[in-house]
Amino acid sequence: MGFQPVKFYQTGTFTVGNRLLAADERSVQAGQTRSNSINSGHRACQGCGEALGARYAIDAAMAESNGQLIAVNATGCLEVFSTPYPESSWQVAWIHSLFGNAPAVATGVAAAMKVKGRTEVRVVAQGGDGSTTDIGFGCLSGMFERNDDVLYICYDNEAYMNTGVQRSSATPPAARTATTMPVGSEPGNVFGQGKNLPEIAMAHGIPYVATATVADLRDLEYKVRRAMKMHGARYIHLFVPCPLGWGTASSDTIRMARLAKESGMFPVFEAEHGEVTGVLKIRHKVPVEEYLKPQKRFAHLFGTHARPDMVARIQAIADRNIRKYGLLNGHEIDDPADDETCHARFPHLNPLPEGEEANESLREFHVNEGVN
Amino acid sequence: MLKQTEGSKAVAEAIALCRPEVICAYPISPQTHIVEGLGEMVKSGELAPCEFINVESEFAAMSVAIGASAAGARSYTATASQGLLFMAEAVYNASGLGLPIVMTVANRAIGAPINIWNDHSDSLSQRDSGWMQLFAETNQEAVDLHIQAFRLAEELSMPIMVCMDGFILTHAFERVDIPSQQQVDAYLPPFEPRQVLDPAQPVSIGAMVGPEAFMEVRYLAHAKQMQAIERIPQLAAEFKQAFGRDSGGLVRTYCTEDAETIIIAMGSVLGTIKDTVDEMRLAGHKIGVLGIISYRPFPLEQVRAALINSKRFLVLEKSLAVGMGGIVATDVRMAVTGTGLKGFTAIAGLGGRPITKASLHKLFGQLEKEELPPVTFLDLDWDAVNKQLERERQTRRSGPVAENMLHDKGIISAKFG
Repeated sequence: MGFQPVKFYQTGTFTVGNRLLAADERSVQAGQTRSNSINSGHRACQGCGEALGARYAIDAAMAESNGQLIAVNATGCLEVFSTPYPESSWQVAWIHSLFGNAPAVATGVAAAMKVKGRTEVRVVAQGGDGSTTDIGFGCLSGMFERNDDVLYICYDNEAYMNTGVQRSSATPPAARTATTMPVGSEPGNVFGQGKNLPEIAMAHGIPYVATATVADLRDLEYKVRRAMKMHGARYIHLFVPCPLGWGTASSDTIRMARLAKESGMFPVFEAEHGEVTGVLKIRHKVPVEEYLKPQKRFAHLFGTHARPDMVARIQAIADRNIRKYGLLNGHEIDDPADDETCHARFPHLNPLPEGEEANESLREFHVNEGVN
Repeated sequence: MLKQTEGSKAVAEAIALCRPEVICAYPISPQTHIVEGLGEMVKSGELAPCEFINVESEFAAMSVAIGASAAGARSYTATASQGLLFMAEAVYNASGLGLPIVMTVANRAIGAPINIWNDHSDSLSQRDSGWMQLFAETNQEAVDLHIQAFRLAEELSMPIMVCMDGFILTHAFERVDIPSQQQVDAYLPPFEPRQVLDPAQPVSIGAMVGPEAFMEVRYLAHAKQMQAIERIPQLAAEFKQAFGRDSGGLVRTYCTEDAETIIIAMGSVLGTIKDTVDEMRLAGHKIGVLGIISYRPFPLEQVRAALINSKRFLVLEKSLAVGMGGIVATDVRMAVTGTGLKGFTAIAGLGGRPITKASLHKLFGQLEKEELPPVTFLDLDWDAVNKQLERERQTRRSGPVAENMLHDKGIISAKFG
């Protein structure tokens, strides 16, 4: 028997790990030439959103730069779990200097490449939210203002996880951390005005700013690749749930990231030169409770001493995000089969044939059994 | 080429001759004229290829230099005082990573009270940072030390501070011989890094190191400086051969052969000390001078050898280990352990207080008779100090110290001399 027809379910989907798509439709991560920039064997926790995000982001940057990449890392979880001496998970030229200086070190690397005429070599800097929004903020702003040729990626897990879950300026209101305990009349983190790094980045007028979550890795790859096609200072703010710090199941990392986006707590958008150019619409709007309840850091808002008032204030934040970025606009959908936005999100992919929806998933593949 | 020029301008020209590839600039007095000069040279195309980056802080300046150096570019910056402290974390990082950055420190006091004038508190605060520290006595030596510093730093893959007294040297116009590009090129080969960020051969630089290897990494930093003890005199000798003048080295002696009393100091004050010693020599005093050029690594053997035949020494230093006394003096005493030599310390010139020949004559006279306390504060206004101490005894809310001092002393800034 020469041919055996085999049906692969989901083979027509754009699931990020789908290796059965045509080569030009695969994600970087599903491609045979992915660089495995951060290799297996590192010491991240089970379900680490940052490890996942870094893997996809840096592999995408490697793909877009044809492997001509230098990565600069701030101190933090990513640095610690990837390079315990004498081991390194990095299969990319990589440097770690300090907690607060990754953007400036990246500026130096980019300057060196420029002065040596090695224009093909690109530079990525990366750090967590503590490094990015707090201690390295000055260096980041300086790098933006000079429009240095660096892509900076912030892996935002909303607290200082490496040091034991202390509050950062990216920690959301009411969240329990080691320095914002759920005690007193206003338990958890304060309801401040926040520190919206993507918007601050946009205010610098830099060529490209985007947000993304690990729930949509296609979108992440697209944004990294898009950023890497540009020059000058670029910023990607990636939402990466932390099972350890948030008190969520390690199997729920993707779900939590999706709920953050679907509830409006984390708007996903991109911007050029300070203007928003696209948003990922909410597909299934959920109340913030659905996002907050699975997280032990918000447990004090529910149960016997429930604080519906604080939940309402958080809902107000989500609602404001939804209004501000136009996350709904009546386009939210109830049935995934109706999702027509998929293609718009992956403009680098070839369009499917007329009448064939991306998520109508059965395609037939023929497996040739008899021929080597 | 001989020029009558400002110290900072001369240093800028020397740096340019060293063909730096990345220069980071952040303004702080009194180093500003150096990076201003370099900025103009890069902007005009006179210094090329070179990236001149106006950063947003000294912390960023050192961090950009770290990135550039790790990527294989010859990197330079300059700072002083508060700026050096602001970049301190990155200063330690640069040496920990073994990156041969050269940095000018235009030595200046550290506040509070804020003070822009010269002393050595800034670079000495980074004594244990792993950076080598070379102190220039004159503007000519500042020029020459920078050229030697790039060579030494890159040979050992360790960073160097070239320290020159703020204002006293940086802003002084005097005759300086600026070498030719050919001379410098012959002395200073292109930068061949020991480690480099390169996608073709990816390495991880700056990995986390635990107890199993940290001591070895730190010891290797020490070993590099011990190597520098050997290399510094050799490089100075090579420099003399190529450029025809003595500059650099570990220490420099003056009239020490038969000296019973030796004065030890660093930087430009050596000029005033030598003038004083000349006058005392004419009057028959057996007094000499030991200048320390290399503060880190500290040349214990050379200091000991220079002092061993004397009877007593005085370390005159522009720095104060608060709660203890002298900083340089501690190192010198270490060098003479077991010799029985009598050692004295004079803290002088803090925050730009002039060190005059008249004061030195008096000080050295007392020193010869060994009538000095272990630590002398040269030209300290004891009346003002005692008045403040009394005020604090009398009144709980005695007010800000600096303001009280200024009030008590009145406007006397022009009355030194």
